[in-house]
Amino acid sequence: MTENQNILEANSLTMSFGGLTAVANLSFCLRKGELVGLIGPNGAGKTTVFNMLTGVYAPTEGSILLNQGDKKQAISGLPPYKITQKGIARTFQNIRLFNKLSVLDNVRIAFHFSRSYSMFHSFFLTPLFWREEKKITADATELLALLRLEERKNDLAKNLSYGEMRRLEIARALATHPQILLLDEPAAGMNPQETEELSELINLIREKFSLTILLIEHDMSLVMKLCEKIMVLDYGMMIASGTPEEICHSKRVIEAYLGEEV
Amino acid sequence: MAQQTKKNSTYDGYIALASALLLLILNLILVSGKMPAYYSGILGFMGINIILAVSLNLINGIAGQFSLGHAGFMAIGAYVSALISIYLQWPFIVALLCGGLAAAFIGILIGLPTLRLKGDYLAIATLGLGEIIRVVILNLDITKGARGLTGIPRTTTIFWVEAIAIITVIVTINLMRSTHGRALLSIREDEIAAEAMGINTTYYKVFAFATGAFFAGIAGGLFAHIMGYIAPKNFDFMRSIEILVIVVLGGLGSITGSIVATIVLTVLPEALRGFAQYRMVLYSAMLIMMMLFRPQGLLGTRELKVSDVFKFFSGGGERDD
Repeated sequence: MTENQNILEANSLTMSFGGLTAVANLSFCLRKGELVGLIGPNGAGKTTVFNMLTGVYAPTEGSILLNQGDKKQAISGLPPYKITQKGIARTFQNIRLFNKLSVLDNVRIAFHFSRSYSMFHSFFLTPLFWREEKKITADATELLALLRLEERKNDLAKNLSYGEMRRLEIARALATHPQILLLDEPAAGMNPQETEELSELINLIREKFSLTILLIEHDMSLVMKLCEKIMVLDYGMMIASGTPEEICHSKRVIEAYLGEEV
Repeated sequence: MAQQTKKNSTYDGYIALASALLLLILNLILVSGKMPAYYSGILGFMGINIILAVSLNLINGIAGQFSLGHAGFMAIGAYVSALISIYLQWPFIVALLCGGLAAAFIGILIGLPTLRLKGDYLAIATLGLGEIIRVVILNLDITKGARGLTGIPRTTTIFWVEAIAIITVIVTINLMRSTHGRALLSIREDEIAAEAMGINTTYYKVFAFATGAFFAGIAGGLFAHIMGYIAPKNFDFMRSIEILVIVVLGGLGSITGSIVATIVLTVLPEALRGFAQYRMVLYSAMLIMMMLFRPQGLLGTRELKVSDVFKFFSGGGERDD
């Protein structure tokens, strides 16, 4: 696959809930390896876009195409677990960890489909079972080390600090071997220093796993620093897209955030 | 940490060895014929209750799908295997398996539509399911309605119960340690996140439901062939509640908890026989006390480990759940 090729194409996506149109006629492309920011005021429809991309909602209209190798396939309307298996992983705005399980188990669960063995092997504890389990544990521990969570691997997920929970969500998403990673407000609730560390971390995993990342974030300094391209949503419509520089000076964006000049 | 895990597993080796020895001694007494029928009867029901509790724990505690219809699956297994034994005279084990498979089949059939529901709604739906099964049995000709089915060969021995209870426990524990068990746990914890991790949640929920139903069906078959007589009233709503109480008391999600609670709750009503009419009052009072002082159940979500027992007695080792 050549660089600059579109890995994901969203064509005129519309999502209506009854009479309310949360997202209207939205089209965009993600190029391979790109880091794109999705911003907009509260209620603009950003998380709805994520929910459509990950299959939580089936778009009312429009299609989502995923490029894998040479072939394009429509993924709109597939159930979330199939979309994850095709290589789109996400984190959640309101953290959704498996609270009463250990940090290690949280990550091991995410290896479920990539390193699976049949029920037969788990009932009879065959050598394959032990081999695969050992690999899963080793891979999970490695990921935890990368996200500086190794020392907490035996703690329950609910006992982590806020920043650690956010990192665990990322570790868990990475364990599904995604090509595209969707991060929903990863810096929410973090202090400036944690945010700084997070942006380094995002750059690190992007390099290491050659990821394409789509990021929802309210922290403008993080978005401006990290993203190569920014899309701005307001009332479910794309009102601007371009480089951080362009977005900063866009009249419509300033209006959306601060209101019109009196 | 690896050292610690190693130590724990050796201790657990001891606990397995100790239980095996205890079973061996029990069996020797049984074989010698010195065990009064009263005690061996209690042991038989204890074994059947262990199978029922562990299988319900798989659905309620591990996969987190609150089901109130376990007696229904037990009834299907009991009637199917009893009818096979009476009319077809197939071998006992085949009759048992057919009973289990019939229950699992109904479990899949009912599970597909109802497992879309969550929490309270699922509980009501499965309660309805259990009642429907009972009412259908009550009105069919072949099941002889309320009069009940008589003349079932009394082929269940304590050894059958023992063997099947052990198989149920081992299968469930092995399952829990695997990636499939973790998938079930993740559904209990957060279904949306589980789905986002690439887990086919519908498949696993129905799988848990069907496996639980299978073992409940087998337990029903054992029950029918131990009693020699079954009637719909053996499988009413209270029966489901009884099993649920065991699971909750032992700790949702703890297999060893279910076993300990089964033993306690089978022995307790018998031990209280000396109090005559106050028996059930004392029994209920003890349940209330248990829930007040240990709402998470005897073992919470943990498994019983010898290392924990040591820690508990050496003080300061008690962990929070």
